[in-house]
Amino acid sequence: MTVSAIAQAAAEASTGSVTAFPANETARVPRDTRPLRLITCGSVDDGKSTLIGRLLWDTKAVKEDQAATLRRDSGKQNDLGLPDFALLLDGLQAEREQGITIDVAYRYFATDKRSFIVADTPGHEQYTRNMATGASTADLAVLLVDARTGLLEQTRRHATIASLMGIKQFVLAVNKFDLVGYDRARFDQISHEFRELALSLGVRQITAIPMSALKGENVVYDGKASMPWYDGQTLVEVLELATVRSAQTVGFRLPVQRVSRPGESFRGYQGTVAGGSVKPGDSVVILPSGMVANVTKIVTFDLVRNAAVAGDAITLVLDRQVDVSRGDMIVSLESKPQTGLAFDAQLVALQSDGIQPGKRYWLKSGSRRQRVTVEPSSQLDLKSGKWSHHTETLAMNAIGKVHLAFDEQAVFDAYEQNRTTGAFILIDPDTNNTVAGGMITAKRSSLSGIHTEDSRVLLSLPADLADQLMATELFSARREEADIRRISAGKAAEVLDGIDG
Amino acid sequence: MPSTLPETELHNPQTTKTPLDPHLKALENEAIHIFREVAAEFDKPVMLYSVGKDSSVLLHLARKAFYPGRVPFPLLHVNTGWKFSEMIAFRDETVKKYDLDFIEHINPRGTAENVTPFSHGSALFTDIMKTEGLRQALDAGGFDAAFGGARRDEEASRAKERIYSFRTPEHRWDPRAQRPELWNIYNGMIRKGESVRAFPLSNWTEVDIWRYIQVEDIPLVPLYYAKERPYVERDGMMILAEDPRLELLPGEKVQHGSIRFRTLGDFPLTGAIPSQATNLEEVIAELEIATVSERQGRAIDRDQSGSMEKKKREGYF
Repeated sequence: MTVSAIAQAAAEASTGSVTAFPANETARVPRDTRPLRLITCGSVDDGKSTLIGRLLWDTKAVKEDQAATLRRDSGKQNDLGLPDFALLLDGLQAEREQGITIDVAYRYFATDKRSFIVADTPGHEQYTRNMATGASTADLAVLLVDARTGLLEQTRRHATIASLMGIKQFVLAVNKFDLVGYDRARFDQISHEFRELALSLGVRQITAIPMSALKGENVVYDGKASMPWYDGQTLVEVLELATVRSAQTVGFRLPVQRVSRPGESFRGYQGTVAGGSVKPGDSVVILPSGMVANVTKIVTFDLVRNAAVAGDAITLVLDRQVDVSRGDMIVSLESKPQTGLAFDAQLVALQSDGIQPGKRYWLKSGSRRQRVTVEPSSQLDLKSGKWSHHTETLAMNAIGKVHLAFDEQAVFDAYEQNRTTGAFILIDPDTNNTVAGGMITAKRSSLSGIHTEDSRVLLSLPADLADQLMATELFSARREEADIRRISAGKAAEVLDGIDG
Repeated sequence: MPSTLPETELHNPQTTKTPLDPHLKALENEAIHIFREVAAEFDKPVMLYSVGKDSSVLLHLARKAFYPGRVPFPLLHVNTGWKFSEMIAFRDETVKKYDLDFIEHINPRGTAENVTPFSHGSALFTDIMKTEGLRQALDAGGFDAAFGGARRDEEASRAKERIYSFRTPEHRWDPRAQRPELWNIYNGMIRKGESVRAFPLSNWTEVDIWRYIQVEDIPLVPLYYAKERPYVERDGMMILAEDPRLELLPGEKVQHGSIRFRTLGDFPLTGAIPSQATNLEEVIAELEIATVSERQGRAIDRDQSGSMEKKKREGYF
């Protein structure tokens, strides 16, 4: 997305010129920005199907023949003459028979400003797995509550999972607002509670909207007739102005998908830029080997480009013969990701077998697949939002902190820094199924992860252990960075207690 | 396309075209990523090529994904013997123009048992010639991955399909046992005999397809553009009347009018719409005011509600 597009959209929104779409508006042809991916969280009781149906209906994403099929299948309409939106959304016959939604579905609609991809996930007990899947690609979460009941335990769960998966923008849809008499005090109370919840999760971009999805108030069209006191945005206006995540601020990352060698004279590395930008002349490092080279060309079908940014699918040509294969990562020399054999991560267990400690899984991140052993260390209690002190296994739908141990060098950024190079899936080698989605939190050093940049550590060791440590290659290579004193055990205890105290 | 390229001539000749807007660029990038991932992870991929507009976009993206190399897998056309003749001419020309590896398969039961859309009805005909024909072709080729041009906005059951859609050795799709698909990390691990259908256009809508065709100047079968053509009205559909195998039923007569097709398939099962749109700009203009979905012209979807899901479970694409 361009900054000017946002600015322009913002300017138009603030003048109120884009609030309503005439009923005979033509199909939308968005041009100015990338599609916004969002997830909707809530249950059938909150009116989620009605909300999504309303979005599709009022943006003309439902065509007449689909509507006719709906009317035929449902044989009933609601009192506003609209079809049963749930039937539009619950696409699988198996679901219709059971009256439930069983999986993540993707919906598409567009306005003049932008197009939208909605991950529609069911709100019942499989929510963690499905929500994590839908949230993994989403830039924004719409959390639905029934105005009569307000925030529920499930609202906290949905918000917790969404923030854990890296979503930084929340919209609270206070739905069925017609059923509380459009009471402003009620809205203020619910939105205040929600703001506190979101802030406690570290989410700061929060918008609360009073709405009636059934009546179409504050979804696409405004609800001024019923709620003259509400002068905020409609849901669609918020979505039009939301930001699409960009990984351009961090260092250049290119996970190599394949090596293109159409002939002897050409050798290019194909992949999608996962962070930062690159231009000819840049110095790059190939990880994990650590070899250095310079970029000579960025090749695409259309033209030889003079730069590429995060999201671009490119072919990179380097100035020298280096050994690069699928699974390697080409990165900027100045800002490298972490390389190591042990990392800490959070993950969501997706299958009924859960996550077994000590089992060797396949881990796939970017284009790299490697063996990993997973040791769960604690589990998130979604009711309270607190982490347990200790756990050894993670059952299906559990969210846990884990230690990852690799046989070969692994390359990651923290998920906070880069949502592509910090994410991974686990694959069970017995079933080939995807059993977890994970997010890297930090590299684990051999000293149990006490390493942080620019800090120093005081160790009090038995002299013989210190001798062994100092004899290692790693230590002797950096001998001049270490300060060493020989003191008694009693004196050491005094010194360390003094620091802690 | 030559297999080696002089360093100075890596430009595509068409460098003057307008750049894609960010929306289409994002969709293109995603599709190219999927193409490359499948080509790298699977032993023997194939691309399903149905000659329609979505296939044309798919092929264009494949050429982009592997440039400056050739498309590293064959195209497979599961023919029924009942396609529009203009589709076949266009297909053969395309294969030649882009130096593609090409496979055509027609289920031998078609001629052996005289299976026609008229004698067997659309449901059974499609089941035999398309679903069974596809299974035969995939088995014969030993393909472990097959690209398709399906989009999630096309039909309700597609909305829940993954980008890597896992199939059993019997080519079955189990909507309840789909692998979770997080971020853009695709799980391509399968056992021998199992396969994956990969859908690079999953997140595209019909409008996106048409706009991309316009910006990228992608050639299409001329049937997509309006022209004076002979047709017969049958079951509320306008059937093209140029193939001698179309027998007129009592009361039917050949009419002439300016018509075009929104989707292409078997001529007896694909309805035209009246239209004056003779070029891409006019087609898009019509599309933007269209209030009927593109599958409306397809007999196959109308047999019963949920019919696509049923066919997909049985191995239809």
